[in-house]
Amino acid sequence: MMNAPPIQKKLFDQNWKRILFWGSICALTQVFICLVGLPSELNRRILIESTLSLGYLFILWIPLVFGYVVSKMVKLEGIENPKQGAADLLSGALTGLLGSLGLVLLMLGIDNLDMRDPLINWNPKLFRLLTFENSIGFGSLVWIAVGVGLGTVGASLHQMSSQIRKMTAYAIFGLFSFAVLEDVIDDLSEGFRLEWLSDMIYAKKGGMTVTSMIVLAVVLALLPLIVRGKFKNTVERYRSEAKPEDKRRNSIALFSIVAVLVLVLPWFLGGIINELLANVGLFLLLALGLNIVVGLAGLLDLGYVAFFAVGGYTTAVFTSPNSPWFSPETHFGISLLVVVVMATLAGLLIGAPVIRMRGDYLAIVTLGFGEIIRLLFLSDWLKPYLGGSQGITNIPAIDLGPWEVRGADPRSVFYMVLAFCVLAIYVSWRLQASRLGRSWMAIREDESVAEVMGINTVNSKLMAFVVGAVLASFSGAVLAAKVGSVFPKSFEILVSIIILVVVIVGGMGSITGVMVGSLVLIGILGGPRQPGLLQEFQNFKLLIYGALLVFMMLKRPEGLVPTARRTRELHQEEYLQDAWLGDDESEDREEVGEQL
Amino acid sequence: MTETALLEFRSVNTHYGAVHILKDVDLAIYPGEMVCLLGGNASGKSTTLKTLLGMVTPTSGEVLLDGEVVNEKPTSYRVTNGVTMVPENRRLFKRLTVKENLELGAYLRDDREGIEEDLENIYELFPRVKERLSQKAGTLSGGEQQMVAIGRALMSRPRVLLMDEPSMGLAPALVQQNFELIQQIHEEGMAIFMVEQNANMALSIADRGWVLQTGRVVLDDTAEALLANPELRSSYLGES
Repeated sequence: MMNAPPIQKKLFDQNWKRILFWGSICALTQVFICLVGLPSELNRRILIESTLSLGYLFILWIPLVFGYVVSKMVKLEGIENPKQGAADLLSGALTGLLGSLGLVLLMLGIDNLDMRDPLINWNPKLFRLLTFENSIGFGSLVWIAVGVGLGTVGASLHQMSSQIRKMTAYAIFGLFSFAVLEDVIDDLSEGFRLEWLSDMIYAKKGGMTVTSMIVLAVVLALLPLIVRGKFKNTVERYRSEAKPEDKRRNSIALFSIVAVLVLVLPWFLGGIINELLANVGLFLLLALGLNIVVGLAGLLDLGYVAFFAVGGYTTAVFTSPNSPWFSPETHFGISLLVVVVMATLAGLLIGAPVIRMRGDYLAIVTLGFGEIIRLLFLSDWLKPYLGGSQGITNIPAIDLGPWEVRGADPRSVFYMVLAFCVLAIYVSWRLQASRLGRSWMAIREDESVAEVMGINTVNSKLMAFVVGAVLASFSGAVLAAKVGSVFPKSFEILVSIIILVVVIVGGMGSITGVMVGSLVLIGILGGPRQPGLLQEFQNFKLLIYGALLVFMMLKRPEGLVPTARRTRELHQEEYLQDAWLGDDESEDREEVGEQL
Repeated sequence: MTETALLEFRSVNTHYGAVHILKDVDLAIYPGEMVCLLGGNASGKSTTLKTLLGMVTPTSGEVLLDGEVVNEKPTSYRVTNGVTMVPENRRLFKRLTVKENLELGAYLRDDREGIEEDLENIYELFPRVKERLSQKAGTLSGGEQQMVAIGRALMSRPRVLLMDEPSMGLAPALVQQNFELIQQIHEEGMAIFMVEQNANMALSIADRGWVLQTGRVVLDDTAEALLANPELRSSYLGES
């Protein structure tokens, strides 16, 4: 093996253990996905007319990914890598085969054993889906062929030239987005009077037509050939060469264009998409608030929903004629002032006792407080005042003179939420650069040292709690006016967790990240009670949220759109530590030399 | 001495819960002098520092700053009035940039020009720090981190620098360099109160020293006398 040139690996010279390992995991994942019910449930959503449904897609990606993973080169320093070749394709195929064997076993199991009692998806529906409404033999053959095929394709991704790989990626992701975003594209084309376009792409019963799929795939695959990094080059050249004043002018122009788009777009969108955007906005507002508490000040608050509830209930009490105890029926604007006061009080009240705790303790205690607030709203004790489980209904629309913001008109809600979000973004942005923001970051990094610097850590942390609370309460207030009622069950612990996931997935401490996070998570998957773009996922939302969180923590802990700082830190840490050592060593050597 | 001490302990006692930490400790640091506090583990060195900074309130006795009793005054009051600490192991804000670290040292000041001026002074003192301003503090080498830590402390314009184990966690060659640095700052008129385990090195540059043992001051003398003290030599300097 000494310094041998890269050799072609022999076909059967395989790492069998590796194949067995990943193959079994592939099989287990497929069986798990089937038993969770994803394929049966999502089978109704057709992606490509009479060919592929979202349900099948959920099984098909697995052998592809595992084929890719198993054939991945292991690069170790000083060890020659055998050249890629047929051997790797074989390993991918075998992994896919093992995965399919899992499905075959599952089919046999469903046919012969009755396990419906613990596993509700162990049923004929899944069986029919897996056997394509045919015999087990037929189903097995198809799945084995598909598994082997996709496993091989997955493995072959390593061997393609980067150009082809790019083209494939463009085609696959493009098609996937087109298929999944059918509703939005339909809606958009309707708004712009381009119905013919969506009629051309999509079949009447839903899903893309086969011809349009092929045409689109070709177009999408050619895209990287045409673009060929020109865009990237232009951007880079612009970054390095443009004059600062030009840059400034251009970014203002870009900003205005985006702003106008955001303002105008809702008029071209239908009710469903506007509703969706309003929900995204409500959660963005919450996430921006939590981003200050968790992202900047580093206080892990798991009871954040409490402030959301305070905003909602305060608005309900002050504006609704149905408020059981005290019902001044004020205008939303006046109640909003009360909301700010109440949220500040709640922030101080919950903040004060827990502020001296650190890390895990803080998280646990805030978790408890969040639940206490919800249970108080639910309790019989407060029922005469806040309506108990029946909540408070009949909250009027927001009257803004010529306009009215009400739930039935999601566009108006969207604009209302947008106004609050703009405010929240401005506040977060200014705070980040302020003295207070600096003190939050110092506390996040090292609380004791922050104290040594003379920072009043208690006040600073309380301020973070209060600012976060006020932003959350705004969201709650708009939600109350939008829905027209508040119930304790709208303020479950799940809300806190989902907002936290949005902040983490988007990128802690990054405003853009939080925006992208809420757009992707709330917009596509949906909030705790609000359906997203993929309404079919309603039942699996938590599963997907959880899986996404685990994946992000492992592969991209800095979030989707991290602050520049976080990226550097998380991806450089390993080699930096070594570099640091190396640096120190060389320094020492020099100095020792001098002394000698 | 008739001069007022910059910082002073008058029979200070502190407790953590029921545990008695400092027992009737008397200390005095005068402007512009370099003193050191020696002691083994759990002798109360860190508590002394925390009490000087106001992070721990004494149960009895008095802490004086410029002759004024400051027992109940918060840390921020002492920092504004010229007391600053360089924490053990440097403890920079690792994910913030070097510049941000330095600026946080001046957190309580609002004289922009003065801060700029002091930043320039620090760049002059540590040219290497200037090269790394936009780098994250956690990515610096140990020696550079020490410079930033000292720079950060200097940014509050202190009159006395409390240093918690300045040589801890540094390579031997850097320890020497570090002490030279401390001496340099001291020569510019800064009072320095050093807490050290490296007694030999500390006493070689200090004017006076105390030895703390289980919360009690057992020796209080000039550095030379301490260095010559046979008892101290056997217990701290590793000689028999």
